[in-house]
Amino acid sequence: MIRGAGLTTVMKTLADPTRRAVFERIAREGEVAATGLAEGAKVSQPAISQHLKALRDAGLVTERREGRHVHYRVAPQGLAPLADWLDHYRTFWRERFESLEKLLKDSVR
Amino acid sequence: MRDKQAIVVEKVLPYPPEAIWRTLTTSELIARWLMPNDFMAVAGHRFTFRNKPMGEWDGVVHCEVLACEPPRLLRYSWKGGADSNPAYGSRLDSTVTWTLTPVEGGTRLRMEHDGFVFPGNKIAFDMMSPGWGRIMDGIARATAQA
Repeated sequence: MIRGAGLTTVMKTLADPTRRAVFERIAREGEVAATGLAEGAKVSQPAISQHLKALRDAGLVTERREGRHVHYRVAPQGLAPLADWLDHYRTFWRERFESLEKLLKDSVR
Repeated sequence: MRDKQAIVVEKVLPYPPEAIWRTLTTSELIARWLMPNDFMAVAGHRFTFRNKPMGEWDGVVHCEVLACEPPRLLRYSWKGGADSNPAYGSRLDSTVTWTLTPVEGGTRLRMEHDGFVFPGNKIAFDMMSPGWGRIMDGIARATAQA
């Protein structure tokens, strides 16, 4: 069900501040019941449910059903597209920097 | 904290700033260490870097020289990519800044690739900030328990 979502999906999903807050709370607490998320939040239960669905669809959280309760936890691989994105650029620049150094070594005497 | 986040590569090189500046600002030399280009060291000059096309991206990075102060500061915008691409080929609207500082025995060369901030990308920034560090710890704990 949860396949690696694309970078854009992950970004768009987390761009919403309320949804990000929900995600961060789940991450902080390890595992949270959907009902527990609405408590103490300034957001209605249906709104929370919508955010949870979006997070689940983006592969950012997984759910576990226990009787009438649904518990959510962060899917560890969910943020991988973001990490990959930055890693790619880090690697890119590190390699180019090395090429620059080599070129300088060859051309500056 | 957030606005400080960027990709930074920094190193002291055993050459004078002028020699490094030449390598950073001469089109043929840039082509040898970075990418084919039509760069000119003139503020306001628009140029491109040409990559291999990737997915829906034609591989072209669109740039403009934003600052050019030989031999100490070079900054250009860096735009390209496509929404549909993963990682490296993804859309990016950013800035690359090169700073050259004379130090004993050479030059401190610093590259800062800044601006992973267009709408929706703020989270990528946040991820690297201390707040995200805690969240990543939470994720690690959750993973360990799983």
